[in-house]
Amino acid sequence: MYSAKIKVTLRKSILDPQGKAVEHSIQSLGYNNILDTRIGKYIELKINTSSDEEARIITDEVCKKLLANPVMEDYNFEVANINDK
Amino acid sequence: MSKAKFGVVVFPGSNCDHDAYNTLKNILNQDTEYLWHKNSTIGNRNVIILPGGFSYGDYLRCGAIARFSPIMKDVIRHASNGGIVIGVCNGFQILCEAGLLPGALLRNASLKFVCKNVKLKIENKNSIFTSAFSENPEFKTGKLTVPVAHGDGNYICDSDTLKMLNENNQVVFRYETNPNGSTDNIAGLMNKQGNILGMMPHPERASEQIVGLNDGRYLFESVINSIN
Repeated sequence: MYSAKIKVTLRKSILDPQGKAVEHSIQSLGYNNILDTRIGKYIELKINTSSDEEARIITDEVCKKLLANPVMEDYNFEVANINDK
Repeated sequence: MSKAKFGVVVFPGSNCDHDAYNTLKNILNQDTEYLWHKNSTIGNRNVIILPGGFSYGDYLRCGAIARFSPIMKDVIRHASNGGIVIGVCNGFQILCEAGLLPGALLRNASLKFVCKNVKLKIENKNSIFTSAFSENPEFKTGKLTVPVAHGDGNYICDSDTLKMLNENNQVVFRYETNPNGSTDNIAGLMNKQGNILGMMPHPERASEQIVGLNDGRYLFESVINSIN
């Protein structure tokens, strides 16, 4: 069994108004050294496979097809064997 | 009898399906049926409406899950063969997610849900979606008023796509005053072939005087005229 931890974020070129609003709020708390706040999504899933490679391929496919929209989002992920846990 | 056979797709969470059905069936007297999203085909319907609403609760991204509903395979087949498809609001988001229209719809730049009447400028007067406006002296200024009601209507696309949309006259409507941050004030656009329309404003909610506005009905009349 593998787990996948996926992060989906708005592409760098796209203005993230939610991130900006949160950034302004952080700065209003007095943290003037906080820059470039971006908000994204975190998705966890389990994959019933014993192959590291297959886990990566499946996760990548699911990201491409559904979890991220390449027009506006980037994604990255980590997979890990969770058999021993 | 009109040759148009409208199919209004109902997804879980659609909420403008009844407005669309009422406009087509009761106001414009068209042959209209609901199509449950789990159907595998659109049957004998030749104009498909993807209505507004919040399909699947807008989970993940607006339209991202509805785009994989069983009926969408046949809607994509229909659209690819030149069949007419109109996506309004959530329907527009579904069309973008399905890749039938370019670009995507982001959260409104204001982060606020906008719900109000807006003025639209008709950018392409010769499309199958706008011909009835051109024929009507009421619209000689090339403008109509319809409501918007959305939280994610901020249209974006890359610069090459934008250039293509403008060069091919694919932008059908632009906002007179931009309510959501949409690129180039785009309110509605169609594919290059001109048979698929996506728009954030709601013509189906503005099609009879009893609700205060009826400019929207001319969009549907245009489509009906194009088929007959």
